[in-house]
Amino acid sequence: MSTPVLSVRDLVVEIPTRKGLLKPVDGVSFDIAAGEILGVVGESGAGKSMTGNAVIGLLDRPARIAAGEVRLLGDPIQNLKGEALRRQRGKRMGMIFQDPLTSLNPLLTVGEQLTETIREHLDVSKSEALNRAIAALEEVGIPAARQRIDSYPHEFSGGMRQRVVIALALCAEPELVIADEPTTALDVSVQAQIIALLKRLCRERGVAVMLVTHDMGVIAEAADRIAVMYAGRMAELGPVRDVITKPHHPYTAGLMASTPVASRGQKRLRQIPGAMPRLDALPDGCAFHPRCEKATDKCRAEPGPTLAADEGRAACWYPLTQTKEATA
Amino acid sequence: MSTLIRVEALTRIFDVSKPWLNRVLERLPKAKLTAVSDVSFEIEENSVYALVGESGSGKSTIGKMITGLVPPTKGRIEVNGKDISSDPDSAEAAKVRADIQMIFQDPYASLNPRWKVRNIIAEPVAVRGGKTGGLAERMLEQVGLSGADADKYPHEFSGGQRQRICIARALASGPKIIVCDEPTSALDVSVQSQVLNLMSDLREELGLTYLFISHDLTVVQHMADKIGVLYLGTLVEEAPRDALFSDPKHPYTQMIFDAAPRMDAFGREVDPPKGEIPDAINPPTGCPYHPRCPIAVDRCSQEKPLLRHIGDTRVACHLAE
Repeated sequence: MSTPVLSVRDLVVEIPTRKGLLKPVDGVSFDIAAGEILGVVGESGAGKSMTGNAVIGLLDRPARIAAGEVRLLGDPIQNLKGEALRRQRGKRMGMIFQDPLTSLNPLLTVGEQLTETIREHLDVSKSEALNRAIAALEEVGIPAARQRIDSYPHEFSGGMRQRVVIALALCAEPELVIADEPTTALDVSVQAQIIALLKRLCRERGVAVMLVTHDMGVIAEAADRIAVMYAGRMAELGPVRDVITKPHHPYTAGLMASTPVASRGQKRLRQIPGAMPRLDALPDGCAFHPRCEKATDKCRAEPGPTLAADEGRAACWYPLTQTKEATA
Repeated sequence: MSTLIRVEALTRIFDVSKPWLNRVLERLPKAKLTAVSDVSFEIEENSVYALVGESGSGKSTIGKMITGLVPPTKGRIEVNGKDISSDPDSAEAAKVRADIQMIFQDPYASLNPRWKVRNIIAEPVAVRGGKTGGLAERMLEQVGLSGADADKYPHEFSGGQRQRICIARALASGPKIIVCDEPTSALDVSVQSQVLNLMSDLREELGLTYLFISHDLTVVQHMADKIGVLYLGTLVEEAPRDALFSDPKHPYTQMIFDAAPRMDAFGREVDPPKGEIPDAINPPTGCPYHPRCPIAVDRCSQEKPLLRHIGDTRVACHLAE
């Protein structure tokens, strides 16, 4: 296999606080190949957005990468700062945020924002940059792009704004795109449009996409592989169909079973007792053991096995390997 | 089963005009936004009636009108046969409204951070002069928290626990009807299932009736007995759950069912729906859905379809059969 576009190894993010050192991301490893969509799921506080921000260098102080390696096509990027980081970000990595209204500058037209990004990263003339900006808007499905290029963000609807954000993330032809909850603020019909657009762009351009979301349905339809995070650690990693239909980690199994699914028609939903522990009160051993039915003394004493990027499925001492469907 | 809530020709128009000075200077007319247009439905006792629709469809406005937070522009709301919309300040309407409580979407914004949980839960009873001794503890235990939590503040609880406190507050005055406006959309899935199960249990124990407002079709399918689909302030389809999900009649209902992401549809290539919800200030003529509708004919752009019965379903489409 060729070099993956993004390769993350044993990534640790730390936040020093008065209560002690918190680790919102603790030893996470994964790869994303060209043209692949990796779906990262987890509940709020699982560390999925923090992982995305660490990769693209957007951690707010005092959060910092304490250990581990992030490689973009083989080049280590975890220690880049200032100008060197700025040249990579936007050019080689694009980011799509959840709320399209706050991620665009309200005082600049869409065209100004696109041409600024294009000219920053590509050596092209002003008119060439404008043509590229129009082409970028056309590619993401904005009708009458030539007229709309001089509009301000507030003149677009929510779905159209998210298309502009996607155009902005892709206009310098990056190799990696990190999409953090790109459809959470959108209605279902618009969400379907945006997901179809992301899939098409990923396929046509061979961009690697890290799709961070809490919506299992979105992941099931869009992603090739899925990474399930829990309390800062990778709980399960594998092909999307396998993980959803035959989860190995008890947390993944609980998550799937508690999602209401139309075809099941059950009277009560399965529920996972309790809630995810807070980072300043992580239990000893496996972080999931207080909520796990199968927990033993080993789970209470030792943290689960660390999941490597290329082998193993679940970070659990007792993975559910029997081929039982998750529809129980 | 008897009808508990009857809503007739409910309409709400918001004035979204610019300030009068701008209107004079720029010669602009008054702008009106019809959030809810001529909506009628009935909710049976001890059932769950769900309203679904995308943003701007008017589902929350209907919930607010039933709880009395927003007065209707036109139409009637009857609870147990008593009209509460024509004179909302009358003593009789206030008495009926004591039977209606609401659960809001965001459990972080809907609890006063400076109040102890005890006071938050007792408030709906205290404001009507009821006895509140031991009430908070009883309510907390009913929703699966501990009585000792009554002396804590909201920030000491997680999102799911806060939503339980909101449910406890809604139950404190012993209501018959609870309006739930997106009660679980701010919660994680594993917590959402806890809250939905709690709501199902309480409905059985206390004989509650829910008006359940949501955009999440899987949650609605799990909870609701009867579902009304709203588009641009209009009720386009209403049917019992199984009829709606097995045989949606309105093209808009079919579109949202197709567009909703599904957990069993790996790598599904959807042909995404065209267009977006039109501007509610200048809605399309005729059927509000006709500009996006794949089967629209000339008649759809001229004549607004009325709800008509097909079996158990009521649908507002000229072409549905």
